[in-house]
This record gives sequence, C-alpha cells and structure tokens, in this order.
Amino acid sequence: MNGWKWLTGYAYSWRFFVRVIIKAFVLFALANLIFAVSDPLPFIGRISIYNWLVPGRDRLPYWESNESYNLGLNSVEAMFSSHKISQPKLSDEYRVIVVGDSSVWGILLNNSDTLTGNLNKAQIKIGDKTLAAYNIGHPVMSITKDLMLLEYALNYQPDMIVWLVTLEGMPYPKQLDAPLAQNNPVRIRSLINRFHLKMDVNDSRFIDRDFWGRTIIGQRRPLADWWRLQLYGIDWAATGIDQVNAPYTPRSNDLEADVKWQGFTESPGLQATDIALDVLEAGHQLANKIPMMVINEPIFVAHGLNSNIRYNFWYPKWAYDHYRELMSQAAQRENWNYIDFWDSIAPQDFTDSPVHLTPNGSQLLSISVSKAIADYSNSNH
Amino acid sequence: MEPSQIAAFIVAGLIFSLVLPTRWRKWTLFIGSVIAIYWLQPTLNIRWLDYSLPTATLGVSIFCWLVTRHSTENGSRIIREDWITVTVVIAIALLLTISRYIEIPIELTSRPPETWQVAVCLLVLTGIIFVLRNRDSNNTLISITILFIIGLFIVLKTDPLTTGLSRFLRGQTRQETTLGGAIDIQWLGFSYVAFRLIHTLRDRQNGLLPELSLHEYLTYVIFFPAYAAGPIDRIERFSSDYQALADFKGRDAHHLTVALTRIGVGLIKKFFIADGLAYFSLNATNFSQANSVGAMWILLYSYAIRLYFDFSGYSDIAIGIGMLFGIQLPENFDLPYLKNNITTFWQSWHMTLSNWVRSYVYSPLSRNLLRRKNKPSNTIIILICTLTTMIVIGLWHGVTIPFAIWGLWHGIGLFIHKLWSDQTRSWYRGLKQRPLQRRMWYGAGVVLTFQFVLLGWVWFAMPDMTSALHVFSGLIGLTR
Repeated sequence: MNGWKWLTGYAYSWRFFVRVIIKAFVLFALANLIFAVSDPLPFIGRISIYNWLVPGRDRLPYWESNESYNLGLNSVEAMFSSHKISQPKLSDEYRVIVVGDSSVWGILLNNSDTLTGNLNKAQIKIGDKTLAAYNIGHPVMSITKDLMLLEYALNYQPDMIVWLVTLEGMPYPKQLDAPLAQNNPVRIRSLINRFHLKMDVNDSRFIDRDFWGRTIIGQRRPLADWWRLQLYGIDWAATGIDQVNAPYTPRSNDLEADVKWQGFTESPGLQATDIALDVLEAGHQLANKIPMMVINEPIFVAHGLNSNIRYNFWYPKWAYDHYRELMSQAAQRENWNYIDFWDSIAPQDFTDSPVHLTPNGSQLLSISVSKAIADYSNSNH
Repeated sequence: MEPSQIAAFIVAGLIFSLVLPTRWRKWTLFIGSVIAIYWLQPTLNIRWLDYSLPTATLGVSIFCWLVTRHSTENGSRIIREDWITVTVVIAIALLLTISRYIEIPIELTSRPPETWQVAVCLLVLTGIIFVLRNRDSNNTLISITILFIIGLFIVLKTDPLTTGLSRFLRGQTRQETTLGGAIDIQWLGFSYVAFRLIHTLRDRQNGLLPELSLHEYLTYVIFFPAYAAGPIDRIERFSSDYQALADFKGRDAHHLTVALTRIGVGLIKKFFIADGLAYFSLNATNFSQANSVGAMWILLYSYAIRLYFDFSGYSDIAIGIGMLFGIQLPENFDLPYLKNNITTFWQSWHMTLSNWVRSYVYSPLSRNLLRRKNKPSNTIIILICTLTTMIVIGLWHGVTIPFAIWGLWHGIGLFIHKLWSDQTRSWYRGLKQRPLQRRMWYGAGVVLTFQFVLLGWVWFAMPDMTSALHVFSGLIGLTR
C-alpha cells in the first residue's frame, strides 16, 4: 500500500521503539510542566478565528447546544475574542457597551431583536457619530460577574456603558454562584480587593487549580472549550445562528402565597447592606470618566392569583419595592445616572421569566433606552 | 468504538502480543471477540435488545457454520473442539446475564434477560445444532440462509420496516409501542457480519470455502476490531493468519511500532480531524440554515473530508488493533480523493466493500448475462452490471431513494468513465512522452473526480430527495 510506505518502509528495532516511547513521555511531561508554569490559557484565549476568518459573534458565547452552535466557557479572553467588539473601533462610531443578565443577552430572542440589536437598527446619531451597541450580557444573575465582564470590556474603548440590573442579581450570597465568577477567581479576587467589596476572597465556591489542575491534562476542558468555540465559528458564519428559540413555558401569572425572598422577610425588610450596591459603585469607579447609565430592567407584573402580594414568581412586592427604594437612594447619594424602567413593559411582552422580553417588548425597551442614551449623551456634549 | 474501548483493546493487544502464551492465543482471540461484541453493542431503548442482538449474531453465525461445514471421512460430524466452542459461547452468554443480579465493575451489557430465559433460547440453539450435526450441507439450505440474511438486512436498513419491528418488539417487552422507531434497533456490526456470512455461504456453494472449525469461523465473523465498521476480510486470508497465531511473533519491535503508529494515526484522523470537521459538516439540520452559496459549499466540502477521515481513521484503528492480535486486516482506503478518475476512486475507497460486491454481485451478474442465448452487447452488460452493483452499494447503507440515487450517480460515472477510457486509452498512453501534459491531465482528473464524488455525497448525506435538491439549489445560489 503506497500510502503507508513512510511507516512500513523501515525496519524498527527495540532500541528505536524504546527511544520513541521515552522521548514521547519526556516531551509530554515537559509540555505539561511548561503549561502549568506559564499558564498560557489567557494567551490562547486571545487567538481566535472570529473577526478574521469568520465574523465576530453578536453576543458572548453561552449555552451548550449543537443545534445553536454555541457553548458556555469560562475564558473571558476567548469570549471577548469571539465577540464583534474585538473589531477595531470605527472613527464615526459611538461605542456603547450594554452589560447585564439574560435579558440583555437575549434569551429566546434573535440577535436583531435584542436590546442592542434594536439600538443598532435605530441608527441613532450621537453628535456626528453613530451609536454602535455591543451586547456584553451574560445569562446568570450576578452583578459581580457583570462587573468582571465590564472590567474586561473597558479594553475596547467604549464611549458609554449601559448596565441593566434587577434585584435577583443583587444579593450577596448569589454573587459567586455564577460559574463564570467561580472559574475566574483571580479576576474576581482582584475586584474584591481593589474595591473592598463585601465578599470573601477565600469563599469556597472559587475554583482554584492546583499544580496538576494547571497542566494540559488538568486544563483539557478549557482547551477543548476554546477549540470547540473556534469550530462553532464556522457554523456561526454559515448560519448566523447562536440560539435555538425552542418552545417555552410562559412565566406564571398565578403565584404562590409566599412573601419570603431569598431568606429575607418583610420585617425588618431589605437593608442597603443586603444587596451588592458596592459592586455597582465599583462599576462606576472602573468606568471612571466614561459615562455610565444604570437601568433597573423591566419586570413582569402579574395580575393573577396572589398578585396582591407578589409582582411575579421571583419577587414579593415588599422586597422589590424596598430594592427600588434602596437603588434610588444609592443613585442619589453616589450621583449615578440611574433610570428605573421596572413597569415600562406590558405583561404580555414577557416570555419565560420575569425579565425575558418578547421581540416587541425588547423593541419598546430599546426605544426608551435609546432616548435615555441620546438625552444623556447630548446633555454631556 | 469509544476511545475508552480502543484504549482497552490496545492494552489487551499488548498483553496478547507480549505476554500471553502462544498456545492460548486462538482461544483467547475467540473468547475476547465474543465478549467484545456485547461490550461494543450500544445500549438500546428496547428491553433486553442490547443483549439479544449480539447473542443473535452468534446464533446466526453458528447456524451459517453448520450449513457450510465440509463432509469428512466420518461424515459431517461435529468434533469435540466445536462442542467446546458451543459450550464456551453458551457459558459466556449465561454468565453475562449475571449482571442482572449482581453489580459488575465493567458493564459488558446493560440489560440482559433473566438467566432461565437465555438458557431456554440457548437450549433451542443447541437442539438445532444437534439436529443438524450429521447433515451434509446442501445448496437449498444455504440459499434459504442467504435469503434469510438478505431479508433481515432489508428489514434493518428500511426505516418503516425497522420501525414496525421496533413496535413489535416493544409490544413483546410490554413497552410503549407508539414510541417505536428505527433508532431502537441499532444492530451493531450486522451490515458487516451479513457480508461476511454471505461470503462464506456463497463460497461454500461454489466450493471455495476452506474447512473451518467453529471457533475459527466465529472469530472471523465477529473479530472485534473489524466488527463495527470493517474492513471486510476474506475468510481464507483471515484463516491463514488465525492458523499462524501460534507462530506470530508478538514481541517484535517493528510489528509493534507499525501497529501502534497505525492506531495513533487513526485516532488523530478519527477523533481530531473528523470529529472536528463534524461540527460544520453538512447534515440534516444545517443544510437549510446555510445563509450563502459559499456556506453551503463549505458544509459540503467539510462533509466529504470528514467522511474520509472518519472512515479511514476507523479502518486504521481496526487494522492497528488487528495487528496487535496477529491478524493483518486488509486495507480499506488508499488516498481515494487523490485519484484521477472514478474507477480508481472506487478501487481505493472502502476497497473491501468494492471487492465484495465485485465478487458477489458484479461478477455473477455479468457471467449470467454473458451465458444467455440472446445476450446483450458488452456495453449494455457493463452498464447493467455497473449500475446494479453501485445501487446495491448504495442500498447497503440504507434502503432509501437518496442512497439508491447515490449508487446510480456513481454507476453512471463509472460507466461514462469506462466509455471515455476505452476511447482515449491509446492517446493517454501517448502522453508518456509529454510528462508535463500528462501531469496536467492527471491533476485535472483529480479535481474533476473529487468534484463528482463531492456532489454525490449530497445524496448520501441528505435524508430525503427534497433536502438533497435543496442543497443542490443552494450550491448554485437558487435557494438560501
């Protein structure tokens, strides 16, 4: 067989065989050692076929599905390298990054129907520049995770930051529940130390890797994730699909008669120290001179069973009202540009959760947000 | 084969080559193959089926051996060694049912029936052996057996029939019949087992089959490296290696280097290249999502390249593992995408299948047509035989219209190439004096052949005509 002459055309001795085995073993061990010592994952994460061979993604990679050509991974570098925000900024571009949870990312929405998709469709002029909105949302409720993504996104020269938040992402115990936060302990600890956030740098939820965990073998999952992200890039280019909008169970309109929220009760209620307002303040400090707008995102307001005591299946009325009050006070105290859109969208424009919007709901929100951005930016020009 | 199974086979192969006493080799290979086919069989939705299908493979194979036995001086009696083989098969089949009652660290089969149920079935098998033990083989019984295997094959390869069978089996096991589907009956390796069995049955009818012990015959049929996806060996070739196992020099550096390198190359081809390309290969979902002409072509090219690396990688792994066990399986691929015409492509793509259909479809059919009183012209005979052979290859993959059209596509290609090469043979030979021109023609042939094969894969990849036509439209920009 001609194709195998390169292999069968030689006579191999035991000496050769043993030498190859030893060399292979030594090289493998050495490669693992160098990998563990040098930690090249951030560097590898920045290597990407996106924005080069294939177009950048409209939103950060998330979810795990062959059908949607998308996956969740923990490398912030790889996530941003695959995003179209990594493209060079245009001279006439007014770059707005929109940070937040799944409602910003756009669960059950096509890219063109997300908040950023609608903002871009509107071709909004800010002075002599055109607004270009970038979706930096990531679908897990934790504003500390948002802060980490915001910190990295600042490398991409934003002209403005819009941060959408809701109460569900605010309580301290939830801040480190996000796998993305747990798997980036260095970044999160650095933020905790730098801004004196009320979180424990030794929290057991942080995933710290020992020496073996830093070798190629230990890091095989992040490496495989990076590789699959590149492979999915070709599907993304060929189909433009990054989410399959499968049928869903609509958010419930009839609610349980439960008035507790995350272990809190109406008396004594929520205090400013119970929710991570310091993380929002840290975001403002990170942004420094870049204008930032904090938006309390719209929620579904139920009108069914027990809607007299709850707004929806996430929030008892007392807890959400306290939260709004605390946010308003903090904004005033810290001089934040804060807008409360909590009831700006009609109930029929929510899909499967109290914050996920229909295409129509998303478009209505984008009109309000674009007006707020334009007002704010023009008043500061 | 899963990577963990491949790793286990490599370790077993190294023990076999380096440590195992030579006198144990044949029986070890036989027993190992019997156990391996249970392990390789994927778990199925229908109760007991992932145990029953490998058991049925063994049962059908034993029956085929019975009807192909040679008459000896003492009649056609089953000798002691064959009874031992039967006993070993029965013992393994019964032992595997133990996993119903106790937890076993390595799960070889997920849900076996109760031991007494298996015992009854095996008793019936033993009864059949007992009844047939003194019968000489006869052509009628062999022909009936061949028809039975072909019938079973058609059922397994035809979706509506497989679905019907699934519903029937679900009914028997008191499972929800409406959930029945073709996916329920994935009889691992049956396509290849069927070809091996038909090969032995036809060779017996033609007087070409050598005398074989039962364990030799069974090991040939179910030899585990080639069980799931070939290559399809010939029994006389396999037998010569099997007989020489006692003399096989396992502790040979050259042999081990070649075998392990072959497996390594196969692993890279299969699990790195092919599985990587699988992410963006043409499939039943993404063909309708492609958003441009270029995207459709990328999906199709990816599919073609992936198919080659997947299948040839798997063959490399099988050949390498076979070598560790002292069996030199035949080659299956020889750089097919670098061939300059469709005839040489088929001489280098899934070669063992091509050889099989040439021996058992093309040659008998052409002989039959040539022997007729009013025989058609040679050109018509070639056309009929080529189309029939290629359609059989197509239908072997599944009884569907796209597979039949894929076979027809290649049949027409082969026929046209035959006419073309008959007309241009002397001119092409003349190019020997003009090497540059010859190389250019060769290169053009490679490109043209690859494009022809590439477009043919559309029929192969798509589940129905509408989807295939959608892809063709997409390739020329008529649909998005």
